[in-house]
Parts: sequence; C-alpha cells; structure tokens
Amino acid sequence: MSTFLSWLGGLVLRFVSYFGALAVLTGELTYSLFRSRIRWAEVGRQLVSIGFGSQIQVIVTGAATGAVFAAQVYYKFNQLGLDSLVGGIVALAMCRELGPVLTALMLAGRIGATMAAEIGTMKVTEQVDALRSLGVHPVDYLVAPRFLAMLFSVPLLIGESIRFGIGAARLMAVGVYNVPEAFYNDQLYKNVDHIDVIFGMTKGLAYGYIIVIMACHQGLTVRQGAVGVGRGTTAAVFYTSMAILIANFFLSLLLNYIWPIAAT
Amino acid sequence: MSTAGPPFISVRNLHKQIGDQQILRGINLTIREGENLVIIGGSGTGKSVFLKLVMGLIPATSGSIIVDNTEITTLNERQLGPHRRKIGMLFQDGALFDSLTVAENVAFPLRESGMKDSPDMHSRIHEVLAAVGLADHGHKLPAALSGGMRKRAALARAVVSRPRCIFYDEPTAGLDPIVSDSIDRLIRRTQLHYRCTSVVVTHDMRSVRSVADRVVYFREGLIHFEGSPDQLFSSTDPLVRQFVEGHCDEDE
Ligand SMILES: Nc1ncnc2c1ncn2[C@@H]1O[C@H](COP(=O)(O)OP(=O)(O)OP(=O)(O)O)[C@@H](O)[C@H]1O
Ligand SMILES: [Mg+2]
Repeated sequence: MSTFLSWLGGLVLRFVSYFGALAVLTGELTYSLFRSRIRWAEVGRQLVSIGFGSQIQVIVTGAATGAVFAAQVYYKFNQLGLDSLVGGIVALAMCRELGPVLTALMLAGRIGATMAAEIGTMKVTEQVDALRSLGVHPVDYLVAPRFLAMLFSVPLLIGESIRFGIGAARLMAVGVYNVPEAFYNDQLYKNVDHIDVIFGMTKGLAYGYIIVIMACHQGLTVRQGAVGVGRGTTAAVFYTSMAILIANFFLSLLLNYIWPIAAT
Repeated sequence: MSTAGPPFISVRNLHKQIGDQQILRGINLTIREGENLVIIGGSGTGKSVFLKLVMGLIPATSGSIIVDNTEITTLNERQLGPHRRKIGMLFQDGALFDSLTVAENVAFPLRESGMKDSPDMHSRIHEVLAAVGLADHGHKLPAALSGGMRKRAALARAVVSRPRCIFYDEPTAGLDPIVSDSIDRLIRRTQLHYRCTSVVVTHDMRSVRSVADRVVYFREGLIHFEGSPDQLFSSTDPLVRQFVEGHCDEDE
C-alpha cells in the first residue's frame, strides 16, 4: 500500500513538474514574442517546412476521412431515406471534429517529431550552447519562430483538410451514390456555415500551441546523445497526441457552448 | 610580450560538482585584459567545464566569477546574453549550426549583433574564412567538411564579431602541424590586432610556446601550476615535468 502511494505520489509530482516546465517555457515564449526581436527568416523557413511540407499529409487525411465517412453515413441514411443529408453531416463532422483532430494528430507525428529531433540534436551536439554563447536565447531563436509559423499555418492546413474532406464526400455521395446534387447542396448549406469552419480553425490554434510547446520542450531537455534524441522524439509524438485528444474533448464542450450547432 | 591591463575575468574559489563528481575544487584565477592565457591539464580535469562556467552556460556550484566587473553567477539566462556577447567561444567539437552553410554560420554572430547584409559584412566574412583557409568552402554545409575544417569554420565564427575576449577549446586538436601553426598565428594575430583577451585550452606544447603569455596547469580540480611558458618548461615539479614531457608513469 505504501509503495503504491509513493508510486502515485511520484507520478503526481512528475505530472506537476512537467506542467510547471511547460508553463515556464510558455512564459519564455511570451517574452520572446513580445519583448525580443522576431527572427522572420527563421519563421519563413519553418513556414515552408510546416506549411508546404504537410500538404500531401493534410490533403490525404482530409479526403480519405471525408470519403469513408460519407460512405458509412450514406449506407445508414439511405435506409432512412435521408440521402441528401449526407453532405451536411459529413461537413459538420469534418469542420468541428475530424478535420482539426486528425490533421493535428498527423502534424503531431510529422512536425512534433521533427521539432523534437532537430532541437534535441542541436542540444546534444552543443549547438544550443553555441547559440547561448552568442548571446541568443534558445527560445527566441528556436521556439518562437516555430510557434509563429505554426500559428499561421495550422488554421490554414485545417481549413484545407476540411475542404478536401467535404469535396471527397461530395464525390462519393453525388458521384458514386447518385444523391441528387441540388438536394445535397441545399442540406449542406442549411447545416454548415462559416462558424463551423472557424470552430475547427480555432481548435487548430490550440493544437498548434500544444505541438510546438511540448515538442520543443522535449527537444530542449534531451540528454545523453542519440538515445536521448530518440527517446525525446518518441515522447514528443506520444505526449502531443495524447494532449490533443484530451484537449479536444474540453475544447469541443467549450466551443459548442460559444458556437452551438446551428438549428435547422 | 604581455600587454596585460586590468583584470577582465576574476574567478574566486570556484567549485563545480556534477552528480557526485567534484570537477572543480576551488579555482582562483585572474585573467587580465589583453592577456593570452593557456590552460593545460589532463583529459577530463575540467578545462572545458571551466570555460563553460565563465561563459555562464552552466551554473557554478559555489564561488564567484566576475567578468568585466560584473558578478555573473547571480544573473539569469536573459541577463547573461549581453555578458556572453563580450566573449567569443570556440567549442571543443565546433558546434557549428548544421542547418546553415559555413558562411551563414560565420555571418550568424554579425547578424545577431544587428549588422545588416552588406558588402561590408560579406568582405568581413570572406576575410575571416580566408584567414582559416576556408575561403572556397563558404557555401558548404558543415556535414560536408572534414573534422579539421569544421574546427576552423567554428574558429572563424568565434572571432568574426571581434569580441573583447575569446575562449578557444583545443583549437588545434586534430589539425595537421602546418595548419596548427597557422591557427596559432591567427590566435596571436587576433589578440595583438584587436587587443582581445584570449584563453586557450590545449594539449599541444608547441602551441603553448607560441601562444601563451601565461600558463596554468589544471590537476584534480585545482590549479597545480601557474607561470610563464619559460617557467613551465623549466619547472622541476615532477608532475608538471611528466605532463609537459608526456611520460606515462605506470607505477603511479
Ligand atoms: N554534462 C556533463 N554531465 C556529466 N559530467 C560531465 C558533463 N560535462 C563534463 N562532465 C565531467 O566533467 C569532467 C571534466 O570534463 P571536461 O569536459 O571539462 O574535461 P576537459 O578537461 O575539457 O577534458 P579534455 O581535455 O578531454 O577535453 C569529466 O570527468 C566529465 O565526465
Ligand atoms: Mg575539453
């Protein structure tokens, strides 16, 4: 019993200190963004890596999700004679849940791993110390540009993923299952409006923050050479994915309160 | 040929412990402005750790480090920035930014100090790269260089912004004798030309002769010997002799 308690205590302590460290990093990041010089060249490089680098992933994620979801919804709704509703349902789900969450999970895998590995490697090869020796704060140079690039690109990537999801759903419903296009469109516009897209994009901002802060934190705290970099990278992907799923639950509740689903 | 002025770095009773290992056990050392100090000592005796402590890259366990009249052991990471910019540092393993080309690495300290891209800046970069024999390699990424070339590129980055003081952690390790000699000359020239203070960690006794105004010998976390190169090479202390002559005493 006492070993269990000490194990539990240790876990709670680790949890608290981890969030403490993330809070400190967030504080440093805030300082960097408002009080330090922004390295726009770095922001640009990160934008290319995050924005252009994620295109295939985002398009495939959005389109594949939209297409299969449309197919499943169609089978059921067809039985109920609600064929034309497929577009509206798929679009709603894409905007509010599937687009932001799946895109963010894909980004956590790709961008989170890249950030943790890059910064972790810089840490173990003393490049972070070299930065510091040149009077540059690592958060200013490494974290702030990544955060800004993420802030600019994530909402757009999510918007893109939603767009491809809705497009693929239309292709399935109208093209493959012959749902009449006029009815389909009518239901789509009745059920979804720009608020739903903003809903998804807002979530994206939160996930962008989670990915950057957690992945950069893993990178900056790497120890012990290549093994440490590997461990940090794995941890970054695992923690960010978990955090995104948990945050999504609370964000969905909160945002649904602010922007409820429109009544039809 | 010492042109030493007032103290630039003053270290008092400096201790550093990592884990349960006592690395430095009370270092007292004053480094004067314009002076060329050479640190020698066995592998793992804390020479690199000493440089990092003075740079403020790692925290001291106890003791005082005064650089340019500022106590740095009490400063936080943001406050340390301006302090560190007074000192250029060549890391033992180079620590070049591997996502930037050699020329961009050398340009980095200049850009960070607020210099704009200009013909002036490019000529300065070219000049420094030429001085370390890398004039034709500026466009390469660090991964495409040999170990010795990387070291020289890192040297160029450390000196390009003409800091008031430069730390060289084994600048000639892994270089052939001719290049080593040219690096020693470069260190000397930099010091005389810009009147900067230099601290050189080296295992190369030839460098000690050609570079040092003063030598300190680190042993077991303390300064075991301190004096001019002549005093070092004529010392009768058995431990110093052994180190300088490179004898391995199996019976120790
Ligand atoms: N980050 C660290 N973590 C744990 N121990 C360290 C760390 N850095 C250095 N040490 C220890 O401190 C001691 C001194 O290391 P340091 O790098 O200063 O040696 P050095 O005198 O520069 O040796 P060399 O001539 O081989 O470069 C070593 O025993 C090393 O194990
Ligand atoms: Mg060393």
